[in-house]
Parts: sequence; C-alpha cells; structure tokens
Amino acid sequence: MKIDLDVDVHHLTRVEGHGNIRVVVRDGEVREARWDVVETPRFFEVMLKGKHYSTAGILTARICGICSIGHCLASLRATEDAMKVTIPEAAVRLRLLAKHGETLQSHWLHLFFLAAPDFLGLSSALPLLVSDPAVVHLARRLKGLGNRLCDVVAGRTTHPVSLQVGGVAMMPAREKLLALRDELKRSFDDIGKTADLLRTFEIPAFERETEFVALKGENEYPWIGGRLVSTDGVEHAERDYRKMTNEYVDPNNTSKWCRLSRPSFAVGALGRYNNNYRWLHPDAAKAAADFGLAPVCHNPFMNNVAQLVECIHVTHDAIRLIDELVADENAPTMVEVQPRAGEGVGAVEVPRGILYHHYEYDEEGRMVAANCIIPTTQNNANIHLDMPALAKHFATDGMTDEQLTLLCSMLVRAYDPCISCSVH
Amino acid sequence: MGYLGIERSKPRIAVFDFTSCEGCELQLANKEDTLAEFLSAIHIVSFREVSSTDGSDYDIALIEGAITRGDEVERLRVIRGRAKVLVALGSCACYGGVNKLKNAFDLDEANREVYGDDPKETLPVRPIKDVVPVDFEIPGCPVSKAEVEHIVQHVILDVPYQFPAYPVCLECKQRYTVCRFEHEQLCLGSITRGGCDAPCPAGGLGCWGCRGPAADPNFEEFFALAKAKGFSDREVSERMSFFGGFEVAK
Repeated sequence: MKIDLDVDVHHLTRVEGHGNIRVVVRDGEVREARWDVVETPRFFEVMLKGKHYSTAGILTARICGICSIGHCLASLRATEDAMKVTIPEAAVRLRLLAKHGETLQSHWLHLFFLAAPDFLGLSSALPLLVSDPAVVHLARRLKGLGNRLCDVVAGRTTHPVSLQVGGVAMMPAREKLLALRDELKRSFDDIGKTADLLRTFEIPAFERETEFVALKGENEYPWIGGRLVSTDGVEHAERDYRKMTNEYVDPNNTSKWCRLSRPSFAVGALGRYNNNYRWLHPDAAKAAADFGLAPVCHNPFMNNVAQLVECIHVTHDAIRLIDELVADENAPTMVEVQPRAGEGVGAVEVPRGILYHHYEYDEEGRMVAANCIIPTTQNNANIHLDMPALAKHFATDGMTDEQLTLLCSMLVRAYDPCISCSVH
Repeated sequence: MGYLGIERSKPRIAVFDFTSCEGCELQLANKEDTLAEFLSAIHIVSFREVSSTDGSDYDIALIEGAITRGDEVERLRVIRGRAKVLVALGSCACYGGVNKLKNAFDLDEANREVYGDDPKETLPVRPIKDVVPVDFEIPGCPVSKAEVEHIVQHVILDVPYQFPAYPVCLECKQRYTVCRFEHEQLCLGSITRGGCDAPCPAGGLGCWGCRGPAADPNFEEFFALAKAKGFSDREVSERMSFFGGFEVAK
C-alpha cells in the first residue's frame, strides 16, 4: 500500500512560545521531517550590558514566565560566583524550597493542562470543567500548592522579588511555612490520584538512542550548582559549561542548537532521572518502577512520567526543607555584597532541564558580558532529530495525517518546551 | 450565571502572545481558587498556550507582548480587525516592557553579537498602541490576576471598575509594609500606579514601576527624596526606564 503522509503545524498549541512542525512522507519514505523555532528574539544578553549586578536577576527572570524563579536563581549564582559571595545556609534552603515550588507548579501545569488533553482526546483541559470537574480541581489544588510555596518563599510565583544577590530578603513567617508543610503532607493523596490518571494514558512506544545531560548528584538529587554529567560519560565542571553545550546557529531557527557526543542531546526531567535516579526519594523511585521507567530510558514521551516522579521527590524534599528552616528560624538569610570585577557561572536544573547563566562584571559591579543557555535551546536540535525517526516509526499502514500530526505534536509537548525562553 | 433569572451571554475571549515571556497569560491560569468560576464565566475561543481550539470569532482580544518583527504587525492588524475590544495585557503590551531596553543598543551590532553571520529579523520594540488602537490597558509585570478578573466583571456585568489613580505607596500602608527607603533601598512606589497590592516591597524589594505612573505623580518630591537618600541620577533613571512605563513622564 502506498503511504503518503503530510504534517504541517504552524505555531504549535499547548506549548510556551512559537514553533512549527513539518513532515512529508512519500511511498513510506520520510522526505522531510522538521521542528523549527520561529519565536521573535529579544536579545537579553545585549540588554544586560552595563546593568548593575543587583538588576541582573530581576531582568533575566523576565526571560520566562513559567521558570522565572529558575532564571533568577541561575543569575544570582553566576553573580555570586563572580563576586565571591557565599550565601547563608538558610538562604540555600529557602532558594531550594522556592525552586521546588516552581518545579511543582511547572510540572503540574504541563502534565494537566498541556500534555493530558492529548491522552484524553481533547483539544484542551477546558472541556473537563464540564465532563470531569474532579480532574480540574485536582490540577488546581496541586498547581496552587506549588504557586503558594513560591509566593511564601520568593514573594511571588511569576517574577520573584525576595531572591536577591547575597541570599533571600527574609525568612517567611513560621506559621506560613508550617501551613505549607501540612498542605504538602496532605497532597500525597492528590498525587496518588494523578498517578492513577497517568496510568490510563497510552504512552507512545517510540525510542531513539539519545545522550542525556544534567547536573551531577553527589549526595542528593541535584537542582542548584555542581558538576555536569551526560549519560555518554562526559563530565565537566560548572564553569566549563560551554564544553557541554557547544551552541551554534541554524539558519532555519531563531533558537540556537546544541550538540555533545552526538549531533544532539536532551535535558529535562528525563535527563535528570537518567543521570541521577539513584538519589530519588524511595517513594519517587517506586513510582518510577511502577510506570516501567528505568535508566537509561530513551523514550522521550516518558518525560511525562519522569515529571510525575520528580513531583513526588520534590514534595518530600520540600517537607524536609521546611523542617530544617523552622528548626532555626532566626538564622540569617542575607550577607553583605561588595561589588568587584570578575566572572561567574550559575547552573541550575529548572523544570525543563539545565540552565546556565554566565556573567562578567567590571569593578563597579556593572555587566561587561553575559551569556544564557536555556534548556529548550539544548533540546531543540534533539526534538528536530527525533522527528524523522518518529515519522519513520509510525509511517505504517493505516496511519493518517491527523494521527501523525497528533503524534508529532505530542512529541514536542513531551519535552515541555519553553520556546520564548529558548530564543530570549 | 444569571441575573434575575436571565442568562447573560458569555463574552467570547481570545488570548494572543507576541514578543514576551508569556507570564501574563500564565496568570490567567493561576489564582487557582477562582480558576473554575473564572473560566465558566467566559468563553475562550483561542488561547494557544493552553488550547488547540483556534476560533476567529471573538469579542475581546487580550494581547500579551510587544511588537518586534514585521509578521507580528500583520498578525496584530488582523486581530484588531476581528476584535470588538482589544486589551493590552501586561507591561510589554502597554509600554514595550523590559524588551524595550534593547532599543538603547545598535540592533545590527546586537544581532551580530548573538547570531554571528546569520542575523535574524528584529525591529525596534513597540508597544501595541503604537501599531493599532487599544481599548484597555492592564499594565504589570506580570499583570495581577485579581485586576484582570475585575476588568472582565466590568466588561461582562457592568460592575464599576476604575484603574487606581493612587500610587503603590498606599497599598504598602494598607499591608503594614515598612517603607523600602527605611531599608536604604530605592523604591518607585510613591510615583507608580497602585492596584498590584504592592507584592514587591512586601517581599523585600523596592518598587520598579512596572505599572507606569500614578495619576498626577509628584516627581519633584520623589527625585528630592531619592537624592537625599543617596541614590544617583543614573540609578533613578535606570529604574524608571526599566519597564518603559515612565518614558513619557520623564
């Protein structure tokens, strides 16, 4: 039978930012299969020039509306590295707690509102308000809890205010932290229900051998700073991030592309899991096993499962952090900062993967040069190269344009891309 | 939703994003306690970030982001032609936002620096009102969802609503937030339009003026205070130009 298929998606929906998919199959042969980012560039690295060090975190948070806390944290880490600042222990805990809040709100947003509709045969989560309101309320409760964690610790979920060079502006009130702790404890019920829902999803059976990059966990599942590692055995120091990213310009994309041991690599929840699974909380590891997620997993669609696994881990870890914070609630959260000339790098695992900020300051603490490498920038070439493999795999008898369009769209969504971020 | 037993028709709303971080759209899905009620009061025709349904028959278009490329100008004009009411959502749409900081640099040079020999199209940043007429402006970086809800209530149910004329300062007083100047921090709260509930000063950061000037701001007094507290003209002017809202006022 003659297999001819066409996929032409202009401005893919249910992803952050603007990208296009194009697949052409003729006589069962993949003629063309592309993922192209067409987002408008904003030139953040140029805008940062001359800015005062206290401004960098506020400005770069605006790179992304979903992972603004992650950007702010990578920015602070780069600045503090350049100015040789060591932040207090309590600030380290508060920053990680804010980060966990962001991971929760972002992963739940993706799983319920961006990814789930495909598995439920819907165009969005909105019809669920009528057909299955319990699911919407489940999503609302879980995502709301993530947002409240961010609000209490960082002052605001989108574009944080309390995360500043030198630490965190203030210790949240004890009663607020304890109320969050109760909520986190209770949320395991809702997480269980979400796992039940996810178990009903039919994850496409597709694999393409891929190199995965993440921060390297030394004693715990890594989120903020540390060495860089890949599943192909590459390892570098945080400051040598360029050896890990190898950015280059593609003529068809406003996002740059990256490569390492192979023509492309992947970052994100699945990348973190594949490199750091041994550091997961036992409950999270058990959930992974229940879903058949095992390292090294090469099915990009399993990123959805890895996100659920991370939510379980992070919820446990957030409870631990609150316990440690309230045990010493008068601990200092800020240190004085003296501007000085220098260079610094901050690597942070944000929801969509590893994020790097690299700054150079003059002696007045004004920015001389900046470089930001975004997780989705690292993923874009990998998504692009997944596309022909996916098309080839599914270009079989009975496949329709609509079905293949859905599969290609689901592939991109599985990476949870943050496209405007990737172009910045 | 009925009034005296009469069903009100739901407004048909579309959400569009231009050059931005999409954080303002995200606020529409945040504030989870009223999310279900909010969504059931309106009919979402097009909202690419959360829905694959794409209709062109809408009454109200919410526009996030600034305009920085030729294709965006064309897209915006089509939307303006279809929408009865066009709302600029957030500081990027209202003023250009932080994107506008780019305009201070040579764009060809910026392009070479980022993309090398393969430059990408980019225009000087413009707010929405510089391209098409705008009916409502909701500033903020990000917008306050509570304020968006008030405005939607105003549009659907004629609930009176007026943008606050008072400055952010007033809301700090209402929250018992100690003035950031007392903490030796620069703060634009006395000259910036309120309505955000002053989350930044409460979180330990002086106001950055994302909502633009309050009605009849006392710039003279503000400049004098900032100077007396030891902040340089450069610091003050950098702060005021950060989100683009004070461009006209300066």
